[in-house]
Amino acid sequence: MSRYDVNGRLYAAEPQPGECLRSFLRSLDVFGVKKGCDAGDCGACTVHIDGKPFHSCLVPAFRGDGCKITTIEGLAETGEWHPMQKAFHDAQAFQCGFCAAGMIMTAVTFTDAQRADLPHALKGNLCRCTGYRSINDALHGTCNIEPDVAGNALGASLANPFTSEILTGRARYTMDIAVANLLHLKVLRSPHAHARITGIDRSQALSIPGVVAVYTWEDVPKRLFSSALHEDHLVDPDDMMLLDDVVRFVGQRVAAVVAETEAAAEAGCRALEVEYEILPAVFDPVVAMQPGAPQLHAKDHLSNSGNIFCTLAGEIGDVAQGFAEAFAIHEQTYSTTRAQHVHLETHGSIAWKGADNRWHVRTSSQAPFAAQKKLAYVMGIPARDLHVFTERVGGGFGGKQEMVSEDLVLFATIKLNRPVSWEWTREEEFIAATTRHQMTTKVKIGARKDGTITAMDVEVVSNTGAYGGHGSETLGAAMASPIAAYRCKNKKGIGHAVYTNMTPAGGFRGYGASQTTFAIEQAIDELAVLLGIDPFAMRRRNVVMPGDNIESIWQEPSDASFGSHGIDECLDIVERELAKGNGIVKPEGADWLEGQGVALAMLECGPPTEHRSGAEMRLLPNGTYHLACGSTEMGNGITTAHKQIAAHILGTRIEDIDIINADTDRTPYDTGTFASTGTVVGGKAVHLAAEAMMADILAFASRHTGVALDQCRLDNDAVFCGNRRLSLSELHAAGTAVDHRFSVNRRAYLSPRTIAFNVQGVRLAVQRVTGEIRVLHSVHAADIGKPINPMQCRGQLDGAVAMGYGWALIENMVHDDAGRMVNPQLRNCRIPSFADTPHTDVFFANTIDAIGPLGAKSQGECGINPVAPAVANAIANATGLRFAHLPFTPDRLFARLAAHS
Amino acid sequence: MNLNTITELKRPSSLADIGVWRDGYSFLAGGTWLFSEPQVAVDTLIDLESMGWTSLSATESGLEIAATCRVAELHAFVTPPAWQAASLFHDCINAFLMSFKIWNAATIGGNICMSLPAGAMISLTAALEGVCTLWPQNGPPREVSVVDFVTGDHQNVLQHGELMRSIHLPASALAKRAAMRQVSLTQLGRSAALVLATVAEDGSDFLLTVTAATPRPIQLRFTAFPTTDELRHALDRRLPLDAYFQDVHGSAAYRQHITPYLAEQIRAELA
Ligand SMILES: Cc1cc2nc3c(=O)[nH]c(=O)nc-3n(C[C@H](O)[C@H](O)[C@H](O)COP(=O)(O)OP(=O)(O)OC[C@H]3O[C@@H](n4cnc5c(N)ncnc54)[C@H](O)[C@@H]3O)c2cc1C
Ligand code: FES
Ligand code: FES
Repeated sequence: MSRYDVNGRLYAAEPQPGECLRSFLRSLDVFGVKKGCDAGDCGACTVHIDGKPFHSCLVPAFRGDGCKITTIEGLAETGEWHPMQKAFHDAQAFQCGFCAAGMIMTAVTFTDAQRADLPHALKGNLCRCTGYRSINDALHGTCNIEPDVAGNALGASLANPFTSEILTGRARYTMDIAVANLLHLKVLRSPHAHARITGIDRSQALSIPGVVAVYTWEDVPKRLFSSALHEDHLVDPDDMMLLDDVVRFVGQRVAAVVAETEAAAEAGCRALEVEYEILPAVFDPVVAMQPGAPQLHAKDHLSNSGNIFCTLAGEIGDVAQGFAEAFAIHEQTYSTTRAQHVHLETHGSIAWKGADNRWHVRTSSQAPFAAQKKLAYVMGIPARDLHVFTERVGGGFGGKQEMVSEDLVLFATIKLNRPVSWEWTREEEFIAATTRHQMTTKVKIGARKDGTITAMDVEVVSNTGAYGGHGSETLGAAMASPIAAYRCKNKKGIGHAVYTNMTPAGGFRGYGASQTTFAIEQAIDELAVLLGIDPFAMRRRNVVMPGDNIESIWQEPSDASFGSHGIDECLDIVERELAKGNGIVKPEGADWLEGQGVALAMLECGPPTEHRSGAEMRLLPNGTYHLACGSTEMGNGITTAHKQIAAHILGTRIEDIDIINADTDRTPYDTGTFASTGTVVGGKAVHLAAEAMMADILAFASRHTGVALDQCRLDNDAVFCGNRRLSLSELHAAGTAVDHRFSVNRRAYLSPRTIAFNVQGVRLAVQRVTGEIRVLHSVHAADIGKPINPMQCRGQLDGAVAMGYGWALIENMVHDDAGRMVNPQLRNCRIPSFADTPHTDVFFANTIDAIGPLGAKSQGECGINPVAPAVANAIANATGLRFAHLPFTPDRLFARLAAHS
Repeated sequence: MNLNTITELKRPSSLADIGVWRDGYSFLAGGTWLFSEPQVAVDTLIDLESMGWTSLSATESGLEIAATCRVAELHAFVTPPAWQAASLFHDCINAFLMSFKIWNAATIGGNICMSLPAGAMISLTAALEGVCTLWPQNGPPREVSVVDFVTGDHQNVLQHGELMRSIHLPASALAKRAAMRQVSLTQLGRSAALVLATVAEDGSDFLLTVTAATPRPIQLRFTAFPTTDELRHALDRRLPLDAYFQDVHGSAAYRQHITPYLAEQIRAELA
């Protein structure tokens, strides 16, 4: 037997000969060791072996034999936190927290030289949430938090309530539990972009020791559904099945193998013999729209003919007339790329049957209630027999607004009556999870000499991939706010969401609006250049103002309205800051060109479709509160914000409110945490529930003491009835005696939707030979109403802006002619690392919203939207060349730069 | 990641312990590539750590690097002051995409045997005129220069079961002046081009090594220090567009564009 010393505990164990240390440690229930990639790229698995840091996913487990292994759980040897944990706490250097253990285990080993060169030192640690700003703060000893003081909750930068669990490795993410008798599921994925399965021989697979079951299209319910999750399932087409006999993209599930171990399940997948009849495939949506193109779905699944899943068109005013009035017209086609969310925690779910005879699904979802409804439908079981819940979720960004791992584990667990787990690999995320919709946007826009826009005409082609989930909703978003952001009498647009044999697209932070913003914000700049007008002035002249119609290409009454208006202030801030500069000069040499750019984005806070949320509050016997809200915490900080809203109303500390979220058994219904609704809908429910809680407490106190209600008031942990002070625990006891329960429940609904703005300013340098781009100054101003927690709001913007830079400058999913992704590894499909991510100065407009709860507006998503066009505008300003197609990687820029110089 | 097809681990202390080579065997050095991708064709790992080779020994004749020497060991190694070109050690190690934590595991031999265009230890040892000692399954050890060892992207001269034992860097090369340039599509990312040159103190023997931009290292030797034009023409002659490497870390056209630019910068620095 080998002997392992893990965090001072001795284990005698024999790992498998090919087992990596990461999974071996997790098999010892050391769950602080995370998996973000399993391939050496992300650093989430970092541990120390005899004091030296290693990516444990790359270390053969046998090499740990006889060594002293330290994981995050063992870092605080004496029970006191390591100073680095304290630093991460004070800086709040995490959001979902999935990367934190690896970050800390790496950072504690830094030499002074490494601390002075973080871009190199943090090469092997990826964080998708923070944009690294708060991590940089932690490594420089910055404190970003304020104390939790009763009565001061609103607008205070309070620490994430799960900080200590996250920073000590005790937080349990989806896969961080040991389940007895657990089976493992793996799927065989299609190597073909379009094929009919004519036969699957499962005999070899079933003969592999440990393989328990193989499921194919023949075994599953023949119910069509969409993996996209919304309140109204009808907004997405029912075009997929659990397992189908037609595969429509490379990576689609062909069969599921369930086995005693992951190894056996994988071997089972390899042993399946599948016969395919290859069908013609189409990848380009423009080609897919042509007559005679290969058809993806039988006609009756479609709302339209051919591969066009959905068309949206409209016109207001008279666009032809508008162009006739124009002095200058700009017309250009812009295009954006698909992109992967790369939430550091991959998809995964565990399902089992409980002692209550119900099915339980522990999962990594942004919408457990919507998943519950959909699972019940697909499996044909009553929703009340199904419990779907999250514990800690390691990032979402829209990628988990999708039911892609829950369905098969539940199906298998119902069939086999044993717990079943399925954890996705990073490669599966790239080839089989959804992506941002690739869109091509043709913009024609005209203006009078003074800059007044007279006509806008926008044509969008969206590649929705093999399945249409989110296809119409993202198209709707693409055709809405980016166009509505500008006042113009004559607007016209047409958009198509088209099926192709690509990986299905889905929801992604920015949700369709990012793509059109990319096009329109560049068109505005081009028009400004034509007219010789400053880009800020051009935007000021045309951006919608209170009193204007907030309308895109339709004139139907809309529930979007200005609860506040901060775009002017945002433009002023960005203009001022860029003019002021930050002292960073462009690199030396004539080969470096410098330029600056700006772009704005408007957001209607919440989806135009239905969205609702509920919150429940109880006073507990010890005088503290319990709050339950269905929203998902995935690093968006929603639990902190909800606690702060409740604490503000109740005049207490957030520590005195315990919270449970995203659990279909234990929280009221919530549509899901997407479309920037966590604050404006979930938060509204919490607000109402907290007010009801206070009213309930005061009413009871008044009855109990006989003091008039208007003489009773809540004071942190007590009520004053006249001069009499009753602690909340005393009050609770008094209530219990007469069966008063101190529990309330409130529901919130989204309407009207307020309007938020974001403005991004960029100054950058372009190396005209190498095509390298260096961001020298990045400024972001957000009109998000009252920040409930400024530190968190800033964090959301840091993360969103960093993602915007990733989309603009780095991320590039490459597919070959057969629709196969060429680079489905983080090593080859890069996301921004510390070195790639510029620091952004973040500012808030001083707005208090009249619609959003406590003056707040949405803020999780919209920060991303103006970034890529601001970068494009800055490149154009620096080089005199308009690059209209993402991404702006050096090898895509150099040829035109060389020809130009 | 788990290599679930592995059923056996051998920990030999000599070549003889390995026995007859067969399909399904794989040498395991640092494991940083092996464990980063599924290896379904492999069932047996042959651990080289147990060979117990001395990582680094500096002698009059140069530096002897065991194949199993970790990148971190080379990084920490203090070289004699006369070896000016040893500045390339850090330059090249920093040119890796891999983090410093991977340096703790990855080996020099493993990097060369991987034979990836972005193999920074290939760049280093090729530029420094390194010679590998290979141990074939049967027969006496043989020597191959690093430049000739790598024959293409993920391709080299190793025969079935042949082991890389060490790399020798001659003192003559280490004593030269050296410079290096690297370009990547992302900050500190995977090399799109990594170009190096060494030159004798008197300006003679200018040796340009192009790596990452090409599937295998390409060397151009100039007995006298080249002019801008001479260097440019030599590169253009030697490397037409189809001689450049094309992958997601850079198009061939980009690499063709950037390589002479970097080479000229190096030339200017060493002039
Ligand atoms: C995040 C990350 C970043 C990376 N970045 C880079 C990079 O920038 N450039 C790059 O080139 N590589 C990179 N790699 C790939 C790889 O880690 C390196 O090439 C590394 O140097 C391989 O060394 P190793 O000792 O870990 O080899 P191993 O993984 O143990 O082995 C690699 C291969 O070489 C064979 N082999 C090893 N030693 C010998 C020997 N002595 N004789 C014969 N065959 C042998 C093995 O059988 C195996 O096929 C990266 C990997 C990761 C995970
Ligand atoms: S899980 Fe090991 S580096 Fe990502
Ligand atoms: S906090 Fe870093 S990945 Fe989520």
